This record gives sequence, C-alpha cells and structure tokens, in this order.
Amino acid sequence: MKVKIHFICNDQDVVTDVNPAMTVLDYVRKNLNLTGTKEGCREGDCGACTVLVGELHDKTVLYKSLNSCLLPLVSLNGKHLVTIEGINQKELNPLQSTFVDEGASQCGFCTPGFLMSLTGYFLSNNIYSVDSAINSLDGNICRCTGYASIKRSVEKVTEGINRNGKDSNHDTLVKTKILPDYFLTIPERLAAMNPLSNMSIGEVVVSGGTDLFVQQWENLVSKEVWFLEREQSIKNIWIDSGECFIDARTTISEIKSSLLLNKYFPQLENYFQYFGSLPIRNRATVGGNIINASPIGDMTIFLLAMDAKLHLKKEKNERTVPLNNFYTGYKQFDKKDNELLDSISFRLPGKNSHFNYEKVSKRTFLDIAIVNTAIYLEEENLKLKELHLSAGGVAPFPLYLFKTREFLLNKIISSPLIKEAAEMVQTEISPISDARGSAEYKRLLLRQLFFAHFIKLFPDRISLEEVV
Amino acid sequence: MKNYDTTRHVRGESMFADDFLLPEGTLFASVFDSSIAHGKILSIDVSEAYKYPGVKKIIIAKDIPGQNQIGGIIQDEPLLAENEVHFCGQPIAIVLAENLLIARAAKKRIKIEFEELTPITDPREAYAKGMLIIPPRIFSNGNVNEAWTRCDVIVDGTVETGAQEHLYLETQGAIAFPTEGNGIKIISSTQGPTATQRAACKVLGLPMHQVEVDVMRLGGGFGGKEDQANAWAAMAAVSAFVTKKPVKLILPRQEDMRMTGKRHPYSIDFKIGLTNEGKILAYEVTYFQNAGAAADLSTPILDRTLFHATNSYFVPNVKATGLCCRTNLPPNTAFRGFGGPQAMFAMEAAIYKAAKQMGIDASVIQEKNLLKEGDEFHYGQLAENSKARACWNEAKEKFKFGEIKKNVEIFNLENKLNKKGFACIPICFGISFTNTFMNQASALVHIYSDGSVGISTAAVEMGQGVNEKIRLVAAEIFSIDKSKIKIETTNTTRVANTSPTAASSAADLNGKATELACKNLVGRLVEFVKNEFGFSASNKIEFKDGLIFCDGNKVDLSWNELIQRAFFKRVNLSAHAHYAVPGIFFDKDKNKGNAFAYYSFGTAVVEVTVDCLRGTYVVDSVKAVHDFGKSFANVIDRGQAEGAIMQGIGWMTMEEVIYNSEGKLLTDALSTYKVPDIHSAPKEIEVHFLENSENPLGIFNSKAIGEPPLMYGIGTFFAIQNAMKAFRPEKEFQFFAPLTPEKVLLGLYKE
Repeated sequence: MKVKIHFICNDQDVVTDVNPAMTVLDYVRKNLNLTGTKEGCREGDCGACTVLVGELHDKTVLYKSLNSCLLPLVSLNGKHLVTIEGINQKELNPLQSTFVDEGASQCGFCTPGFLMSLTGYFLSNNIYSVDSAINSLDGNICRCTGYASIKRSVEKVTEGINRNGKDSNHDTLVKTKILPDYFLTIPERLAAMNPLSNMSIGEVVVSGGTDLFVQQWENLVSKEVWFLEREQSIKNIWIDSGECFIDARTTISEIKSSLLLNKYFPQLENYFQYFGSLPIRNRATVGGNIINASPIGDMTIFLLAMDAKLHLKKEKNERTVPLNNFYTGYKQFDKKDNELLDSISFRLPGKNSHFNYEKVSKRTFLDIAIVNTAIYLEEENLKLKELHLSAGGVAPFPLYLFKTREFLLNKIISSPLIKEAAEMVQTEISPISDARGSAEYKRLLLRQLFFAHFIKLFPDRISLEEVV
Repeated sequence: MKNYDTTRHVRGESMFADDFLLPEGTLFASVFDSSIAHGKILSIDVSEAYKYPGVKKIIIAKDIPGQNQIGGIIQDEPLLAENEVHFCGQPIAIVLAENLLIARAAKKRIKIEFEELTPITDPREAYAKGMLIIPPRIFSNGNVNEAWTRCDVIVDGTVETGAQEHLYLETQGAIAFPTEGNGIKIISSTQGPTATQRAACKVLGLPMHQVEVDVMRLGGGFGGKEDQANAWAAMAAVSAFVTKKPVKLILPRQEDMRMTGKRHPYSIDFKIGLTNEGKILAYEVTYFQNAGAAADLSTPILDRTLFHATNSYFVPNVKATGLCCRTNLPPNTAFRGFGGPQAMFAMEAAIYKAAKQMGIDASVIQEKNLLKEGDEFHYGQLAENSKARACWNEAKEKFKFGEIKKNVEIFNLENKLNKKGFACIPICFGISFTNTFMNQASALVHIYSDGSVGISTAAVEMGQGVNEKIRLVAAEIFSIDKSKIKIETTNTTRVANTSPTAASSAADLNGKATELACKNLVGRLVEFVKNEFGFSASNKIEFKDGLIFCDGNKVDLSWNELIQRAFFKRVNLSAHAHYAVPGIFFDKDKNKGNAFAYYSFGTAVVEVTVDCLRGTYVVDSVKAVHDFGKSFANVIDRGQAEGAIMQGIGWMTMEEVIYNSEGKLLTDALSTYKVPDIHSAPKEIEVHFLENSENPLGIFNSKAIGEPPLMYGIGTFFAIQNAMKAFRPEKEFQFFAPLTPEKVLLGLYKE
C-alpha cells in the first residue's frame, strides 16, 4: 500500500510515501535523524518515545501526548508532530531549565519523554495544577531519579506559569518561552494542508493499535493495514431514547473526559485513570479494547456491567449482539470477517442505581489488571431489581457473571447474602496462574473486590468483618 | 553554569549508542537464543535463514576467530553456545542483515534441535546436587556455638529475596567498526570499558591494543552493564571482524530482559541469639546464592553479602556461609548494592523475628546494637569514623520516631480497612572494590593551548553525575570556570586498564586521579610563572577564578594567557595521574582484612498504608538521615539517594522476576515486570545530609553515594508487614520478598 502522508514535524513540512504502518518512532529516528525520541520498550510502557500530535479543530490545534512506538505514520496525516527537538530554542526553556536545576534528569534517556508529556499537559489544559501535571506523567518511567526531583520540577514550573486569562494557552506558552514562536503559525499551516482521507480496506484492521503494535509491529509493516481513524468532527458519544451510544473509534481519553458520561458516572475519571496511561488512553479506542478481547480489558469490564450491546456493520448490514454473549473463548468472539464494530450502546443508569468499578494490579497505575470487576445494580423496595456484574482476569475472556446475577436478583442486600453470593462467584470463574498472579490469588482477589463493591456502595449495610 | 550532561538530555541532544549516525553498509545484528534452559544442541540449521533476502551472514560458535569465552573472573561462559545450552535466552547465533527487521525475521527461520535436560532453577537444589561454582565461603569471628549457650533468646528462620531486573531505560548494545590492520573499534554501552575490551580481544584472538572501546554515556547501568555489556560488544566485534563491515547490535527490550542476568535471588537460613535486653550475641547465616548458569560476578557479590552480613550492627559471634549455586537461569550479575541488600534484608528479618518473640519493637534491638566507634566487624576491620549512631540519633530526633509510632497506632485504631505501618532501617555499606587490586584509577588531563581543558578518566557517565563531579574537581584545582572543562568519552586508548564504574567508587577513584593530575599541572604552571616573572621559590603563586596571584597580588596574566605563554615556552600541558586507594588489603584465605577504605552510614524511617481489603499499599514517606561526608555536589548526591531509595522500594515491593519451573522468564516485558512509576513513588521523600561528617578518603571529603541508600528500601518490607500485623495480629508472616500485593493479600487471608 502506497499512500502519501503529509504532516508538519516540528517546524518542517514533511511529505513521505514510506510504509504507512511504519511507526512514528522509527520514522523520526531513522528517516529524520531526530534521535531525541528514544526507544525504551516498544510497548507503550515506558514513555521514552513520547511525542505530541496536534490536530486542527476550530482554528486551534489540539495536542495529545502519544507513544510514538505504537503510532503508525499514517495517523500523522494532516497533523503536527512535535518531538523534543521541536521545543528547543536557543536557550533552555523553563521546563528544561528547571529539570536541569533540580537534577530531574540523571541518565537522560527518559528525559525527552517526560518533557514531551509535560509540554503536552501545558498545551492541552487551560487550568494548571501540580497534581494534574504530575498525572500527565503517568506514562513515563524513570529508573534513576525516584521521581522526587521530577515532582519538584513540575511543582516549580506549574506554579511559575502565570496566565493572564486573556491569551490562549498557546500564546501564554510562547510568551513564557515554553514553546518556540513557530507554534503560532501551525494552525494556519495545518489549515492550508489538504490531507486525503486515504485509508482503504486492508487485511488487518487497526483501531488505535496500542496492543496490536505491541504484539505485531513487525507483521504490520509487511501487511495491508486498515487504520480506523475518527475525525474530530464526527460525534462520538450521544444519547438516543434513553440509551447511550459510543462510536467504536472513541478513545479512552474521550470517554474519560466526556461530560455526558461523567454526569451519569460521577467516578468515571477515577475509574479510567487506571486504564493504561495518558498516551495510551489518547490512542486506545473502546472498539479496539472490545475486539482485542483481552480477558482483562478495562473498558470491556466496565461495559459488561452496563449490559452493553455491540452494533456490528458489514457494508449495509447491521447486527446487534449483547456484549455478554459476544465472547466464546480466549480471543474468540462472534464477529464475522469484514464485519466492523460500529458502536456500542447501553441503557443509561436508572433511578436508585449504583455503579462501582474495582481494579487491582501489581502497580496501581499503567498496569494491566490482575483482576478487575464492575457492578451495576438497581434497588426497588430494598430488593435488587437489576444487577450486572463483570469480572476480568478470571476466565479466558471478560466475564459476565450470569449465575451470581440470577442468585442476587430480587433479594435484599445483607452481609450473609453477599457472603453467599461470593461463593457463587467462585463457581463461575476459572483463573489461571500466570505472570500477573496465581490462580489462588486471583480467586481471593475477586472475592475481596466483590466485597469491595458492596462495602463501598453500602457502607452502612455491609462490613468486612461480617463477610470474611 | 549548569550540568553539561543534563543540559543536553533535556534538549534530546545527548548521544547514546543507538543514536550514532552509521556509516554506509552497516549491518544490523539480531541474536538467536536458546528457547530451553538446559540441553544438548544436536543440530543447528541456518540454511533457511540465509535464504532470507538481505541476510549477509549468520555467525555461530565455530565462526569465532579467538576463544569462545567471555567469563571475566571464572572462565565458564561461552559467547555463543556450542554443544550445550545452560539457560533460556543463551545466545547461540548472530544474524546479520541489511536492516533489523530482516535480521529478526530471518532469525525465526533458524532450526535447532535439542536433547532437553532437566533444568535447575532453585539454588538449594543446585547445592544439594553439588552444583557450586566455588567452594563454600565462610566469614566468621568469635564462636557462635559457644555463644548460643549464653543467649536468652534464639530464633531461626528462612528468608527469600527475589531477583531484580535492572531495567536501565537504554537497553544493552554496541556498535563495532573494523579498523586498519585488523583492529576493531567498539562504541559500547558498558560500565567496564576495559572488561569489554578484554572480552572482545579474547573472542577475536587479538592483543588489547588492537581493540578500542569508547563509551559516550549510558542510559542507566545499575550494575547491569558492569560485566554483562561485554557479550553484546564482543558479538558486534566478532561480526564486524568477520564481515569487515560496521555492525550495530542493540537488544530490543524483551530480548534484553530474557538474555541478561538480574540481581541474585537468595534463599537464606538464619539463626540469631540475644540477651533478654536485646543485645545480639550471635548470628549464624547461610546464603544460597542463585548465581545462574555462569559465574559472572557472582563470587565477589557473594563476598559482599558475607561482608555485610550484620548490616549496621556489632555482633561479637558471627558465622556467615556463602554458597554460590549454579542454576539454569541467565547468569545473575551486579546490581546496585552488589549482594549487600540481600545480607541486610536477612539480618533485619532476623531482628524482626526476634523482636516478635520477645514482644518488643524491632527498633529496640536495632538501636541497642548499632556499631560504635572501633567495633570490629567479623572480617577483622574496625568500624572507624562510625556514624551509625549519629545518623540514628539524628533521624530519631528529626523525624520524631515516637510521634510516628503514636500516630500510626491512632490511625490503626480508627481505621478498619486501611492500616498503617512504619519501620526504621539503619544501614552500613563498605566503600571499595573488595578485590583490592581494582581500587585504582587514572586520569589524563590536557590543557589545550587556548586554555580549554579536556579530561579523560576511567569513569563512565551513566546518570550518576560522575562527569559533573570530575569537572568540579578540575574547576576547583585550576580555579577556572567549569565551561572551560570538558569530560571526554571513556576510552581505553586514552585511559587504559580501567576498573569498571561500579562499587559507588567512580567519583572517588577517578576524582582523586583527576585531582592528582590537575595538581601536577598546577605545579608545572606555578614553576613556569615563577620563572617567567622572576619570582622566588618562597613566593606563593595561586590560581583563583581564572586569574593568577603572587602572594595575594594579582599577576597581570589571565588563565588563557598563562596557558598560551606556557605552551610557547614548551611547558608540558598534559598530565596523567594514577590513584590507588591506600591502606586496604584482604586475605582471601583467612577472610580477614581491611577490605574497605571507609563506610557509609545512615538511618531511614519508612511509613506505609496498606489497604487490607484489596491487599494494595502506598508508601507514604521515606525519611533518611544519610552520611554523605562533605558533599560537594548536593543536587547530584540527593538525586542518587532518592533514586536508590526508589529502586530499593521497587525491589522489596512490586518488582517480581518470575521464572517458571522450566527456567523460562515469564516477566519478560514492561507489561509484566513493573518498576515504580511516579504514582508509586513515596508521597514524601526527605533526605537529610548528616552534619559535620568528614571523610579524607573520599574525593574532597565526600562519601560515595551510588549504592548505600538503596538499602533504605528494605524498611518498606517491614513497614508493610507491620501494617499487616495491625490487621491480623495473630498471624505469622513470612520473610519472602518482594512483598507484592499478591503476597500481602494471601498473607492476610490465607489460613
């Protein structure tokens, strides 16, 4: 597949027709000889290759931090790519200078990635706080500093940027020398570009690709790849007759920050801060998460507990499958060849409903769950009128706990009941021992997280002492 | 004036091995490795791989021109497996191709047949089967057998410590270039340029002057590139030698993880005896060190375990036995602390177990037994200039141990699901290579005719700031601006016979050598000034801030002018100096001697909160009083301490290397092997520099800092365990590290 890709890299226009599936990491390092972007792991787990990608939207450019090792070159079409070299000016900018003063860079290999994430934070937020700036570094690993000096730098820098309220944050960042002047020319230059929508059907469908590019980046380079990219203008999350619809290409970041969804799930930001890292969330899609069929897919676990439905499309034919009936085995699911997952829908939370999501991983952030689970329930006259319970990491695919649901429906929540239900849960699962944990541990952990749902939702009715 | 290296890092302009522009025709190497942990190679067929378009050469053992041997201390490690394989990930062949994708794709077409043999992964099993790399090592003093009879309390137990992956952000790698006259130049990411040179020479069959190793900097080393950088450099060298083309070999992360060794896992039996007052009378300990398939640095690592058996405590009767057990894991290797952390963890476990039995706080035993001035270690050296008690006392007062304890108790009374725990951890770490001969270094200082200075030493910059420290040393002696001084790459042609940058000693050894060389030059320049201006021998010539003074009066001459004039008067403006640490020796037969130039001390207190419903935890704070001597680079030293603490916490908590029973690494990627991220860093980290500490044996009175603070991380284990005890006071917990969320939850709930 030959396509012409046109983008701006830092201050330079680039037109290329190399393999569109080549990763941005390889392209900038090898073809552009911009070696500030480092290869640390090639699986989006270290952040040394973090770059920013800006997309024109209503005359401003929206920037995202992304892992260039998981990013196909084609996704840059019509966009602005920023590498560490792209923020360099004659003198060190305030971020760079503070990192040096605080000793926030030791061996230096991770440093460009940290600075790109931080620059991305300042570019993509209007209000700055130390905590949220630190959160933007959740995809960057440093093995030298122990992070203390990095945190001190973030504190200094964040508190040092004063916004006058009138300027756009891009103007502010140029004025404070965090960004070079040329950033102000980018909106016009992007507007003048006319990127072709050039993604035709290929043998491998990639939506986000934050897992596919980990597993098979070498294969992807040699195949015809169909990249599903959603343009900013296409709506992603909407409500129709009491149901919430999500376009399959919606990213996790878009879901996490969706005002609409946050209205119905006040803890949503909280749940999804544990999904990958910011650069992963900026790229991974809900459809990708479902079709990837990981037994511990965080989004799938969430959606299973909302009893979601999948809307599949093949040319003009549409078909709807309940998510809890979609998976048939490890990485096996009810999708036909050439059928694409178009959207996902679920009924909005009803009256007297409760929702909770739990995830435990070896490391709390940027880690795959050992076990994750979500619950949705509605009470009526104290009885459980509706209940959906999901569990990941305990079966070959994301599990919907049918038996436990049946057992709990129409009963009154109490400690003895939950204790009994926890035993029912154990009959539905079949965890295996692997690098994430032993089967014994996963069983115990799901029990604990099942209890956690109720202890958290009904602290007055359920206590740990009564259930264990 | 800012630190040169970091100034380049933040601009993405610093060069690592992977960043060099390559000459046309460079080949790319991919290493084919063993998929089994133990077996005989029956056949290797590379013919299909050769057919892959773009493949230029496939190198197997018989293609090696010199000896197929890279063992450093003990000659037991082939570069490429020939007849047998001894661990999963052992290199067997090198595929060289036009680009890396081709090399990697072709590699999959290599066919190999094995006769599988049973692998051993457990050091105790290896010991039982007589698989020791060297005979048992025993360090002892007093008489433990006699001492037990005088003890009021005796407890024994078992300790397990896990492996730890270095996870330097820059993976292993090298680029080799053929040079004129059948020589090779290697750009390597190595902590030990000379060791790398030696390994390459051995496999090439060349004398050392034919191989030049050059090191720009490392993207982290932590010990993982002390010995284990050699293999990749040697492979690149052989490949370049055979093909007569430049060869680049950079390990992809997963291959780095599965092919290279880690911090040694240890299985340890201990027995400790105390008086009712908590005075330790005797300690007996046996270390089953899981060395992996080849010796690598296991034997000196085991020695350091034995040296640090009693951590920061005085114990009159000690018997420490070290067993270097050969298993079918990748050869384990140096990792920050070098065997010390395992010893200290076991000692602390022994104290905690004794404290539990005695119904007292572990801190009571810790405090009572801290080293005093002049206490004798079990290997005969005296604890001189001991700051063990000074650090403890200052930490106790500054961080208010009493208040911490009270607050934790109150929190635990008020909270059901979450429990807090805290632990104090004193440390003592000996500074010097315990192989005495290695405590030497050289510096070559050139003053160029324009007044700028270039310095070459044996030190490798890997993030620890040694370049900046050496610049500070030279800037101080010459009294010129740092901007005039450049630290050159570490290069075996400029500075020969180097010791690796390891054992926290690079700044001391190379700083001292630089100091000598600079003083040497200053001496010549002073003589020159005296002659030039007709001053007498009694006149005092001083260099200050780039100016020259005679008896306090400014001489009309700037540094640059001085140098230019000296050059025209044919003054030698280059100096080479060699430094050897004085006063150290160790008798390896008796295991007695003054092995260390000095000791580093400190005390930390670690606080954690455990979610006893989910088994997860957070480290609330780590506060330490550490003896830096007189630090002359505070930002660097603080950074070293903070980073080491974090690595120590990682080792004790989430960093879990898992091999299955077939010796296959399950945690072979960053998705399965987790190191601390910014959120798992302690919420508060406070490192206080002990006041009034002098250390004439360190550069400018400072103390080595790379390794010692790592061992504060050990406190995290016991802090978590203390929180668990608050939730389940009746339970007995095991001393098995790392204490992952899995171990916490199973510990709390499994009956």
